[in-house]
Amino acid sequence: MNWFLRFFTSSIGRKLIMSLTGLFLIVFLVIHLIGNLQLLNDDNGLSFNTYAYFMTTNGLIKTVSYGLYLFILLHAFQGILIAKVNKSSRKNRYVSNQGQVANWESRNMAILGILIFAFLLMHMGDFWLKMKMGQLDMVKYDGYDHPVKDLYGRVSIAFNQLWIVAIYVIGQIALYLHLKHGFASAFQTLGWNHPKYTPLIKSVGLVYAILIPLGFALIPLYIYFVK
Amino acid sequence: MKLTLQIWRQNGPQDKGKIENYQVDATEEMSFLEMLDVLNQQLIEEKKDPVAFDHDCREGICGACSMVINGRPHGPQKATTTCQLHMRHFKDGDTIVIEPFRANAFPVVKDLVVDRSAFDRIIQSGGYISVNTGQAPDGNDIPIEKGISATAFDAAACIGCGACVAACPNASAMLFTSAKVSHLALLPQGAVEGERRAQSMVAQMDKEGFGFCSNTGACEIECPKEISISNIARLNRQYLKSSIASSEINE
Ligand code: HEM
Ligand code: SF4
Ligand code: FES
Repeated sequence: MNWFLRFFTSSIGRKLIMSLTGLFLIVFLVIHLIGNLQLLNDDNGLSFNTYAYFMTTNGLIKTVSYGLYLFILLHAFQGILIAKVNKSSRKNRYVSNQGQVANWESRNMAILGILIFAFLLMHMGDFWLKMKMGQLDMVKYDGYDHPVKDLYGRVSIAFNQLWIVAIYVIGQIALYLHLKHGFASAFQTLGWNHPKYTPLIKSVGLVYAILIPLGFALIPLYIYFVK
Repeated sequence: MKLTLQIWRQNGPQDKGKIENYQVDATEEMSFLEMLDVLNQQLIEEKKDPVAFDHDCREGICGACSMVINGRPHGPQKATTTCQLHMRHFKDGDTIVIEPFRANAFPVVKDLVVDRSAFDRIIQSGGYISVNTGQAPDGNDIPIEKGISATAFDAAACIGCGACVAACPNASAMLFTSAKVSHLALLPQGAVEGERRAQSMVAQMDKEGFGFCSNTGACEIECPKEISISNIARLNRQYLKSSIASSEINE
């Protein structure tokens, strides 16, 4: 068989795809969070709406975003297929289930992933689709020569509904658990295990897994409870 | 000490199998297998079918004594095979659930005995050195840095028991395969064939129907020889390198 096919159909090759796409998503989330924190500014949406305008019109960012959509789908589908293989490798289950020594999240990455995916569909339907399909009001800020779409207004409306805020918080809890295992796991899959650096990767991974979802969760909570 | 045993009885690979209850009188200094010997003696005297279980060395070095005790491969004791597990770790009146290692790749032969020849086939696919490397003095003639020889030795401590597969939520054989790849790859005699070995052993492992590695770490917790999952990372490295960087295009 051709090496390429052989590699990407092997167990380790398929895990490499999970790891690389996962790490790409990890980098993306940092940038996404930094941008979205503009929502907290008290400037009637000026900084957030101009940021959103830039992100949806800049050619380079648009190109990278297609890669992002592809990688999320690749990660999700590959992840679910792998989970199916794993589940079916033990058809007869143990009678005694008191012996699970591995973390719950490491055993339930696919369930967490599906929760994240469901959240993503809702999240993108609410904001991304509305931004792309242009059902948003326009605003014109002083000093700008053209009006921009008021995504800030749309977000504010959404985050003034308690049930949407609740779904966002649940989504971030799922993301926290997924990353709590996933961050360090991605490096192990790449073969990056070293007595000096693995403890560091694990600590950084835990800090990341807490801070990023916390940051995302704070936005709807702040808008609902404070603004 | 009086114990209630709930043991998985399965009369052959096609049988559905079920848990059956037994009472046994054991003493603290018995090993777990000696306690099962007492039970079997009792069953034979009652003209009943004794419980089939695997065992050989009974000193923790052969890896035969596969069974899952209260949900834990080789029982609750850290770094201990079933044959080295002693009844003093249990209390009078305890109920103990005993069942076979479970994985599609390890079909039940009878009761607690499973067929682990999938491991043999993984070894046959590349877990060796193709030339004669001589006797112990020849090996000792080659200077090897202490850290490397110790890491190779740690990997070589794997007794092929299969507890890693039994413990893994995915029934993955990555810890076993990585230990076998590592102990050869780290030493000069084995390093020569390292890349091809990683390729063929992983291919065989995949073919046997084990699950993939999710890096849960359950295997290294349950391994009686405390094989580290750093070996799995080494196998990943070797496999990635031999796939991406090697000049072999079709094979
Ligand atoms: C932004 C969202 C996400 C991020 C940052 C992320 C990140 C990661 C990372 C870093 C890993 C570890 C890879 C490895 O073990 O080598 C991972 C594993 C996994 N992800 Fe995600 N993921 C995300 C969304 C999803 C979604 C939407 C799904 C599925 C619907 C999913 C399913 C999985 C599964 C099943 C695994 C485990 C693979 C295995 O154990 O072999 N993930 N993820
Ligand atoms: S790695 Fe440990 S648990 Fe797995 S076969 Fe070797 S000794 Fe047994
Ligand atoms: S019987 Fe040999 S290791 Fe237990």
